[in-house]
Amino acid sequence: MNWIAIGSISDIPRRGARCVATPEGKIAVFRTVDDQVYAIDDHCPHRGGPLSQGIVHGTAVTCPLHNWVISLETGKALGADEGVVRTIPVRVEGERLFIALEALASRAA
Amino acid sequence: MTERLVIIGNGMAPGRMLEHLLEKAPGRYQVTIFNAEPRVNYDRIMLSPVLSGEKAYEEIIIHGDGWYIKHGITLYKGHKIVAIDRQAKTVTSDHGVTEPYDKLVIATGSVPFIIPVPGHNLPGVLTYRDLDDVQAMMLAAQSRAKAVVIGGGLLGLEAAAGLNAQGMDVTVLHVMPTLMERQLDPAAGYLLQRAVEQRGIKVITKANTQAITGNGKVEQVELADGTVIPATLVVMAVGIRPNAAIAKEAGIAVNRGIVVDAGMRSNDPDIYALGECAEVNGQVYGLVAPLYEMARVAASQLAGDEAAAFVHSDTPTKLKVTGIELFSLGDFADGDDRQEIVLRDASAGVYKRLVLKDDRIIGTVLYGETADGAWFNDLKKKQTDISEMRDTLIFGQSYQGGAPLDPMAAVAALPDDAEICGCNGVCKGKITGAITAKGLTSLDDVRAHTKASASCGSCTGLVEKLMVLTLGDTYNPAAVQPMCSCTTLGHDEVRRLIKAKGLKTIPAVMQELEWTTSCGCAKCRPALNYYLVCDWPNDYADDYQSRFINERVHANIQKDGTYSVVPRMWGGVTNAAELRAIADVVDKFEIPMVKVTGGQRIDMLGIRKEDLPAVWADLGQAGFVSGHAYAKGLRTVKTCVGSDWCRFGTQDSTGFGVRIEKFMWGSWTPAKVKMAVSGCPRNCAEATCKDVGVICVDSGYEIHFAGAAGLDIKGTEVLGLVKTEDEALEHIVALTQMYREQGRYLERIYKWAKRIGIPEIKRQIMDDGEKRKAYYDRFVFSQKFAQVDPWSERVSGKDKHEFRPMASVGFAQAAE
Repeated sequence: MNWIAIGSISDIPRRGARCVATPEGKIAVFRTVDDQVYAIDDHCPHRGGPLSQGIVHGTAVTCPLHNWVISLETGKALGADEGVVRTIPVRVEGERLFIALEALASRAA
Repeated sequence: MTERLVIIGNGMAPGRMLEHLLEKAPGRYQVTIFNAEPRVNYDRIMLSPVLSGEKAYEEIIIHGDGWYIKHGITLYKGHKIVAIDRQAKTVTSDHGVTEPYDKLVIATGSVPFIIPVPGHNLPGVLTYRDLDDVQAMMLAAQSRAKAVVIGGGLLGLEAAAGLNAQGMDVTVLHVMPTLMERQLDPAAGYLLQRAVEQRGIKVITKANTQAITGNGKVEQVELADGTVIPATLVVMAVGIRPNAAIAKEAGIAVNRGIVVDAGMRSNDPDIYALGECAEVNGQVYGLVAPLYEMARVAASQLAGDEAAAFVHSDTPTKLKVTGIELFSLGDFADGDDRQEIVLRDASAGVYKRLVLKDDRIIGTVLYGETADGAWFNDLKKKQTDISEMRDTLIFGQSYQGGAPLDPMAAVAALPDDAEICGCNGVCKGKITGAITAKGLTSLDDVRAHTKASASCGSCTGLVEKLMVLTLGDTYNPAAVQPMCSCTTLGHDEVRRLIKAKGLKTIPAVMQELEWTTSCGCAKCRPALNYYLVCDWPNDYADDYQSRFINERVHANIQKDGTYSVVPRMWGGVTNAAELRAIADVVDKFEIPMVKVTGGQRIDMLGIRKEDLPAVWADLGQAGFVSGHAYAKGLRTVKTCVGSDWCRFGTQDSTGFGVRIEKFMWGSWTPAKVKMAVSGCPRNCAEATCKDVGVICVDSGYEIHFAGAAGLDIKGTEVLGLVKTEDEALEHIVALTQMYREQGRYLERIYKWAKRIGIPEIKRQIMDDGEKRKAYYDRFVFSQKFAQVDPWSERVSGKDKHEFRPMASVGFAQAAE
């Protein structure tokens, strides 16, 4: 695991998301109403919509393009839709947020 | 030979440690205590009842002077330790007493956190930590003046309740949106705020204290938004931090607190730390249960049991304010692998939420009724499998066992004097009597005649069961389409109850209307946000996280995640300077597509989200404001050139279109609203397929509405003919306001009109001048708060987090 600091939890609004830019594309980092933090690829499995722009409810986000509901915990589409998006491990150390990027770690090595 | 044990601090944790130690290893140590406070060990948790006058100091003493004498303990009262010499193994107090030790226990507790705002050191600014603070507050309260408590957590609320009980006029300032957000979810936080406010304590959330000012003493508190609150007393209760300074100076490892192992031992093997100043496994603690656990472990260690170890366990939080029942425990976050059971009883002010994982309780929030807290805590601790009692679990221990009742039989079995509607005090007999005597057949009839279920509506189910019991199968409850799967209520019912109950926040709606989810969904949240914006224009703080992305960033999201931007061109009129500015923006930001829209605007497509504020800044320089092409609100007023140019024009249709647009821009509506004004019946502005349209004629203005040219195609209905432009404006505005107040979220005007009936709308807008004026006035009032250009706000820095990535990672490595 290659833990990378990406900022502080207060950078993200509750029930909102921010993006982290990486060479492989954007990662969406979400903060729920009760301060759980999740990271998934910012790319809906349906038509690639930017999930970071969706409405966050519970531990799910509704994609802004066609209203697919994606679980922040598993990356899976909920309800009748089928699809999955990559989840990225997140750690909260006090206020600080870290994500783990294995691909980047191997590339750096 | 006895060893010398020196303890720095005489709070509850070392007090408890001594009790254990005297039991486990009597006579092993010669004990000396240094207490910075000039008194014995008292129960700090009970300071709140002392402040509120419910208890006296004498009643909260744990160890009186006699206890120390009996156990041969030397207690230095009012001695603060100023140095620890680890080489010589001595401590020295500020009064010059030096005492050698074999083992040292540091229990210096915590210090209140002081926000370093200007004026924080003025006389009259207090913290809430020890008896001195409480006595100072009680003295200040004698003046019966105004107090401000900064901090809406456990301590702050207890301080506020105490000062309130002492007769002070108290305002609580809390920086977060809901009270006690660490222990409570927003629903319970809302209930708590309501209960606190009912005691006459004012609460201001999202309050950012900027300064405390006054001439030589506290006179007022100023917030960042400009609010000024007069105060003669300010209590800071924003949090505590471990008091580890003395340990740090002595070179002992300190992180947030004094770092100790599970045996409470610091990196100096002869020095222990416990209580709020200690940090175990990266955690510091402030509640008494874990501190007492530390005391037990430290005593065992000192008595020679080296296996004793501190284990973290969740501690329930309770608020010690008489009359407010509150209990919070464990982890109550949502999650896919978790289920929640929510019970809301609005009339009784009860909210209960259990969070389950793998059929085991992992978290609990109880408000209003906490008797089962201990039982839930027990089930959680023992990891009891609850699948057998799942259906009745939330009702508590006393409901377990016995078969569940058939709900219909249960209602039938109720006695006639059983209260059905708590809001209006209506009993069963009155309802069934009215149904029979007056031949009532619908729920609305029952509401009208008995008032049952006419206020909060939470007894609607019961009333309907009574109707079935009384009327038999002839009663068929009208099938109401619920708003979404979070509620059984339809849009109209929700809107009615928002007004009737004065609900002014999304958590308030969800609590009072018994939402089945804790945080709503992408369907109900935008709808509720609109209803609250519409109904409480001056009170409601727009919840941006409940808005669709387009309304959150004031641009239209496209399929590739870029945005399109449409500046407002009033009435579709533009000029060379504006067009030049648009051309410059298109060049500067390399905007790939420029398109003229059907609403007579220019659309720039393919703009990167990060560029939006800069695009708006340039457009703003040229005088452009947001065109709201993304809004469920007034979009465009399309016009033809009218009497100024056209040989057929009868009125100044362009000027009137611009006037309507300048009057109505910025207003939010249930769905988008597009308008048009045509200067003659040839109708070049295509006004007869718009939400609202005007056809100018020689004799005045013919107002049209309820057209559609999208999914459905429908010509407009004629509302009526008026003589002057002023009258036309008043009618159009009143019609829009009526739609704003009655429309369901995402329901276009033509669908709303079909539901309400064209004649009813004509009656209210054309025939009833008083109603029309009232609608008009309400619209004008709400515009005071709505007409703010969102683009210039964001150019000035509002919501800047929306437009920037949080971080960029991995690029440097990739380049290597």
